[in-house]
Amino acid sequence: MIELSNVSKTYGSGESAVHALKDINLHVPKGTIHGVIGLSGAGKSTLIRCVNLLERPTQGSVTVDGQEMMRLNRSALNQARHRIGMIFQHFNLLTTRNVFDNVALPLELMGEKRSAIQSRVLPLLEMVGLADKAKQYPAQLSGGQKQRVAIARALASKPNVLLCDEATSALDPQTTGSILELLRDINRQLGITILLITHEMEVVKSICHRVSLISNGQLVEDAEVGDFFTAPATMLGREFLNDFLQLTPPKELIERLGDTSSENTHPVVRLTFSGDAVSTPLISRLARECNVDVSILQAKVESIQDRTLGLMIAELLGSEAQTQEAMAYLQSHQLHVEVLGHVQRTV
Amino acid sequence: MSSALFNLILQATLDTLYMVAISGVISTLLGLPLGVMLYATRPRQILAQPVLNRTLGIITNVGRSIPFIILMVAIIPFTRMLVGTSIGINAASVPLTIAAIPFVARLIEGALNEVSPGLIESAQSMGATPWQIICKVLIPEARGGIITGLTITLVTLVSYSAMAGAVGGGGLGDLGIRYGYNRFNPTIMLITVVILVVMVQAFQSFGDYLVRKSDRK
Repeated sequence: MIELSNVSKTYGSGESAVHALKDINLHVPKGTIHGVIGLSGAGKSTLIRCVNLLERPTQGSVTVDGQEMMRLNRSALNQARHRIGMIFQHFNLLTTRNVFDNVALPLELMGEKRSAIQSRVLPLLEMVGLADKAKQYPAQLSGGQKQRVAIARALASKPNVLLCDEATSALDPQTTGSILELLRDINRQLGITILLITHEMEVVKSICHRVSLISNGQLVEDAEVGDFFTAPATMLGREFLNDFLQLTPPKELIERLGDTSSENTHPVVRLTFSGDAVSTPLISRLARECNVDVSILQAKVESIQDRTLGLMIAELLGSEAQTQEAMAYLQSHQLHVEVLGHVQRTV
Repeated sequence: MSSALFNLILQATLDTLYMVAISGVISTLLGLPLGVMLYATRPRQILAQPVLNRTLGIITNVGRSIPFIILMVAIIPFTRMLVGTSIGINAASVPLTIAAIPFVARLIEGALNEVSPGLIESAQSMGATPWQIICKVLIPEARGGIITGLTITLVTLVSYSAMAGAVGGGGLGDLGIRYGYNRFNPTIMLITVVILVVMVQAFQSFGDYLVRKSDRK
């Protein structure tokens, strides 16, 4: 449904040129929800604006619903934009129009008749649960309600694609949840393809099917959400995951961590396990089969869509050879083992 | 107060209102599109035309920097061509209008500046043409600021129209100078000043009322 091929965007030229996007390739199949996650300044906003050409790529091609967007002339582009809805972090509702008229705006722009507008707007307000607020002005609404109006407005022109630009970033966690639920319903019931950008793993975790990680204008990772949460392929992906799971070793342990291993140190490892590994009693087997004691410092179990993800920070107590063997054993059971460092033996 | 004097003052008041109304309406009709152009032709704006934008900007600034009293005299040939005479309220309305156009344009531009760029972007994402963005988003969203700007313009026109009296323009300023100043009649001077004060207050209050009514924030 959405296809970006070798898309680059450069601002300025020569030495002062800023490469906001570098050779982006992205494919979002019809009916799926695709998330692009990244830190601020990574190029997320530019990327999503390249889909409906609010930003024109310097290079590459953008195809939406089979239409090569860059080849369209002005009026054909406006026609194509009617089929691509977009919602924003700050809602962007017109303050001088009431809820009904805000939702009616895209239909007015398309030159729809008043009666057609009437019969289209009310069911949309019904769908987002704001039928009773039709005559109110945006200033009288809460953030979540404003975003619902914006969603109804984006859907008014019956788009095939919905672009969400940090749509929940200005909302509190509870409201975020209800907006995400609404987006998921829209995806399921209307079959609308959704491309969203966010810096929140929570958003990706709760509604996305697939996720791309953007860093410095490049897509560095592209995976099924379940895979991304259980085994991110990049350092940045792992950082996002650890931040999200808030599994970082305690401060006083970090201070004691050294880089080098010797006969007098124990390794401290971060274990990530998913699938069968979650339900296997690996720790006790480790003690029996490798003769290594495991001291658990932190542990957490998360369920991501249909998968379970376990995380643990642990100290492995044993001789150097034994702990090496233990790590190999864990890896052979599909655990991701990351050595955070080594601590001095206390005994 | 004698009825002759009363008629004189009434006529002068109507003349002032006439000049303010004519120049106010025409300068709004011409200044509004100029203000929109000044805004919309900026680089990275919906009708980006940097060269045109700079040109319009310079013309507007020149218009605004000429002192009104000099403008009034300088364009006398143009005024004659347009209304056939260089004295009277019709003649005075010409320089008033000319002076007010760039004034209105800058105030409109300033009002449009206050509209959140996000609103323009969302209208573009809906496939709005630049013309639709101007008519359905920019002007309605800026209407509070636009009304404030037009109120300022009317008030300024009242005081400029009094200046037009200095060159035989008619109106309250003319009355004040001829009867109040030249003939040393403090009563008439006071009356004209009071009427001008009341007029300005009325315009301002009405403008404020409209702004309040249009405010949805």
